[in-house]
Amino acid sequence: MVALSYLIWLPLIAGGLAWFAENKKSGSGNWVSLISLFGLLIFALVLGVQSQQSGVPLQLSWSWFARFNIHFALMLDGLALLLIVLTLALALLAVAVSWREINDKQGFFHFNLLFSVAGIVGVFLAADMFLFFLFWEVMLLPMTALILIWGHEKRRYAAIKFFIFTQASSLLMLISIIALALIHQDMTGEMSFNPQALQLLNLPPSTQYWLMLGFFVAFAVKLPSVPLHTWLPDAHTQAPTAGSVLLAGILLKTGAYGLIRFVLPLFPAATVEFAPVAVTMGVVSIVYGAVMAYSQTDFKRLVAYSSISHMGFVLLALFSWHEVAIQGAILTIVAHGISSAALFSMGGMIQHRLHSRELGDMGGMWKTAPKMATLTLIFVMAGIGMPGLANFNGELLSLLGSYQVFPVLTIIATLGIVLSAVYGLHLFQRAFQGPASASVADLNGRELVYTSLLAVALIYFGLQPHLILDIPNDVIQQLLAISKGVQ
Amino acid sequence: MMRDWLYIIPLLPLLSSVLLLLLAGKLKPMQVALLGVGSMGLAALLTLLIGIEFYQQGGEVFQQAVFNWLPIAGAPVNFGLHLDQLSMVMMSVIVGVGWLIHWYAAAYMYTDPQIQRFFVYMNLFVFAMLMLVLGDNLVLLFLGWEGVGLCSFLLIGFWQYDAENVLAAKKAFIVTRVGDTAMMIGLLMLFSHFNTLFIPAIVGDPQVMNDDQLWWACLLLVGGAVGKSAQIPLQTWLPDAMAGPTPVSALIHAATMVTAGVYLIARMHPLFLQVPHILEIVAWIGTLTLLLAGFAALVQTDIKRILAYSTMSQIGYMFLGLGALAFDSAIFHLMTHAFFKALLFMTAGSIIVKLHHEQNIFKMGGLFKSLPLTSSFLLIGLLALVAVPGTSGFFSKEAILAATWQAPTAGPVLWSMAVFGAFLTSVYSFRLLFIVCFGTAHHPVKEGDFSFSSQYVVPLIPLVVLAIMGGWVMLDFDQVFVLGEHPHLPLWLELTPLVAALVGLLIAWWLYFPRPTAVAKEGRLQTFLLGGLGFDWLYERLLTRPLQLIARWNKGDVIDSGYHFIAWLNLSLNELLVMSQNGKTRWYLYATVAGGALMLGGLIWWR
Repeated sequence: MVALSYLIWLPLIAGGLAWFAENKKSGSGNWVSLISLFGLLIFALVLGVQSQQSGVPLQLSWSWFARFNIHFALMLDGLALLLIVLTLALALLAVAVSWREINDKQGFFHFNLLFSVAGIVGVFLAADMFLFFLFWEVMLLPMTALILIWGHEKRRYAAIKFFIFTQASSLLMLISIIALALIHQDMTGEMSFNPQALQLLNLPPSTQYWLMLGFFVAFAVKLPSVPLHTWLPDAHTQAPTAGSVLLAGILLKTGAYGLIRFVLPLFPAATVEFAPVAVTMGVVSIVYGAVMAYSQTDFKRLVAYSSISHMGFVLLALFSWHEVAIQGAILTIVAHGISSAALFSMGGMIQHRLHSRELGDMGGMWKTAPKMATLTLIFVMAGIGMPGLANFNGELLSLLGSYQVFPVLTIIATLGIVLSAVYGLHLFQRAFQGPASASVADLNGRELVYTSLLAVALIYFGLQPHLILDIPNDVIQQLLAISKGVQ
Repeated sequence: MMRDWLYIIPLLPLLSSVLLLLLAGKLKPMQVALLGVGSMGLAALLTLLIGIEFYQQGGEVFQQAVFNWLPIAGAPVNFGLHLDQLSMVMMSVIVGVGWLIHWYAAAYMYTDPQIQRFFVYMNLFVFAMLMLVLGDNLVLLFLGWEGVGLCSFLLIGFWQYDAENVLAAKKAFIVTRVGDTAMMIGLLMLFSHFNTLFIPAIVGDPQVMNDDQLWWACLLLVGGAVGKSAQIPLQTWLPDAMAGPTPVSALIHAATMVTAGVYLIARMHPLFLQVPHILEIVAWIGTLTLLLAGFAALVQTDIKRILAYSTMSQIGYMFLGLGALAFDSAIFHLMTHAFFKALLFMTAGSIIVKLHHEQNIFKMGGLFKSLPLTSSFLLIGLLALVAVPGTSGFFSKEAILAATWQAPTAGPVLWSMAVFGAFLTSVYSFRLLFIVCFGTAHHPVKEGDFSFSSQYVVPLIPLVVLAIMGGWVMLDFDQVFVLGEHPHLPLWLELTPLVAALVGLLIAWWLYFPRPTAVAKEGRLQTFLLGGLGFDWLYERLLTRPLQLIARWNKGDVIDSGYHFIAWLNLSLNELLVMSQNGKTRWYLYATVAGGALMLGGLIWWR
């Protein structure tokens, strides 16, 4: 299915086009990006419907480095489809929020934005470990550029920190990948980077454990999990709004995706052995992230720490390896993608108007910006797990499932319910309630449209999460089949 | 069948809320009031029709699945409604009393520029509250549970540019969320054993869990209940919640939301019956709360805070009733309390408006002359609160006290404490009455029509009737609760609470009856009671401040310093090496010699 590869080429071409168009006529880059991303979204949906109807994932495999048995292999299954749709939708949001925000090198900005989209889509599609690693690196570079060139006051520091953290951890993953390929060669006489083939390897426990750790560290940094999280608050705070949206909405999810796609299926026994450690990290992330979020006075920094807290639920759920928990993890991935992207766009809009992200400079903004306040309230409530909004479903299912495997740790994780209220209300009240000391312009038509769409999505998925769970059901069932083999 | 329309009842306020939100700023106050109150009126009418049919059919349980909600593997959760004798009563109270309060609120808030936002929250609250009582599974119940918490938060902080209101709102939300967390853990426990969260399935077969597990699960549910219902130890938020507009206090912090905990325990009672020790704890919580709140109410000077503490104490009676296995009496008291406390709050609201937003009772006085109608409503509400024979409060409180005396989980000790609570109730109620309605006026009275036709008065009339006559209704719970015969106590036991109330009246008379100038006393004990017996003080030091301290201390994230150290190490190393590359031949020569010597020395050493 050649069409699959278009999902990667087209954003690259569109990126070049947007750059070119912007140089010809100022402002046209926005439109090129918006239209091409929208077209891509439709295209992805068409492909998705096709693959869902046929019941088998769409696949493509071209021999690439024949000597090492490396393929340019792509696969679109339910999980990949879900995350690609999320990626494209949030990329649209990223274009929309930076409509007027970027005043410098707009063309190149769009090129980077679409380049990172191509990388992310590639990560989700790759069905070859080498290719996966390649895309993993490809999405890193334009993101670093976005922070470095269009970021705020401490952008250099943040960009370098982001780059080093990701780079160092992905090096460990590369070692694991190569080791896997070589072990495959040892055992079968042929090198392989194909995850399905690698899954069949019968690795000795200690090897499995070490290789698993290589992957785990790379994904735990991306997720991020305490104590590997410190790049995130800086990157988020300093990134332009579009960068924050992509980072929180999708880049963090590549970590979760990697865990689901590679760590659990490739190293099931090691995963089960390692689970108590990983789950503890998840619980520590939930609690520590929440306390740290409360400590912050910077709007975006607070939201960044809250992301760490929420991603802790994903780690907790995935390593519990219980069906309900995995459902919860997937729901959380999507819900948090929407809600945190929404909060970061709000943060960006406030910063654009107020020229400050400090909560101390805000206060009583409901008076002048009621629409902004109402929508922020919905996003905050989603973030703190108000039932009826999408995030609650994810948290509830994660907890329900994890409790059956790790009851004590899960009980500690419920502290997140109280603490999220503490930081969520802190954020909302400092910004929008209390004595009216700051006045900002309310949302304009464009802003109202996309923030309302996000709110509607949160409510819709809050009440009808079926779609999110039905699409990747094949992957969930595969995971469960593997886990039965372990126990 | 009328009952097929059940889902319309919660839908009406929801739709109205959404409509009001979407049309923000486009409607005139009258249109807002019509929509906000009208939707509630329709819902009330529908409730009446469904109620008639429901009781005609003997209170048979009716289930309605609205849509599939959460596809939890192996135990899907539906958006399903469950109407039985318990939820029917709750629904009637919520929609009926709620409608009257909405009506009153329309008058109360008419001149507020934010009236539209007010009704968005109010209608949304009613929807959430209905979900809480109608939900057929614990997740839907939790949706309502959190939803009412959210609306309570929004309405307490409704006048949101005042820092104090905002703080009170936050406190209410976070303190109740502590309880909610306990409840969530309870849900996790129940799910891990029953593998479902469908309430009838859980209560139908509580033996799935052994007593030990059940004990914990029930304790955690009680944790949720005490948070919402403002019982010890999570009671501290309720007095502060009075920062909201008065109709809000009437609806949320008196008639409906704060009784959700009582509903939860009544709904899950088959679990509790398996572990009677928990019911003992519930009874003790109720009793201690009713005493604490009674003492605190004695010294309050703010009329709304008196009523808030009184609400807390009356819910304490309901908890005592639950603990004493008198689930029906607890719900009965919930209902009568909703009537008379809503009435009390709204009369207080009228008085406050009339006195230019004065809430200090010592600045009121002589209101029987200037506000005869409202004052007599206040009197009626207070009589019901004190449980004077013939009023609604009498029947329900008597039933709880009688059950307490005999129940194996309660007994005479708790009974005598509860009777003492009745004495306290009487003292603070008559203190309120004497200071506010008698004596000389201390405050200019605002002009305004408070006659029978006023919108401030009309909605109160049904409540006046219900506060008096509401106790004559015989609630039938035969299909929900398995109850024994109602106990018949010796006459002196039945009379003791009345004597206690009478003594209370006399003491209040002696202390507070018309003096030329009534003033609040100041003393150490008064201050202690005024502040709610030190709980706030304690929590502030135990929880709030440590968290704030950690927050301030670790704002920069201590973990990051580990990475900073690595970065610093690299940079220092780099500097060191850079230093060695200084272009001076002499240095290089020395370094070469030193290196050579070192190697040679090492070589010799190792030999």
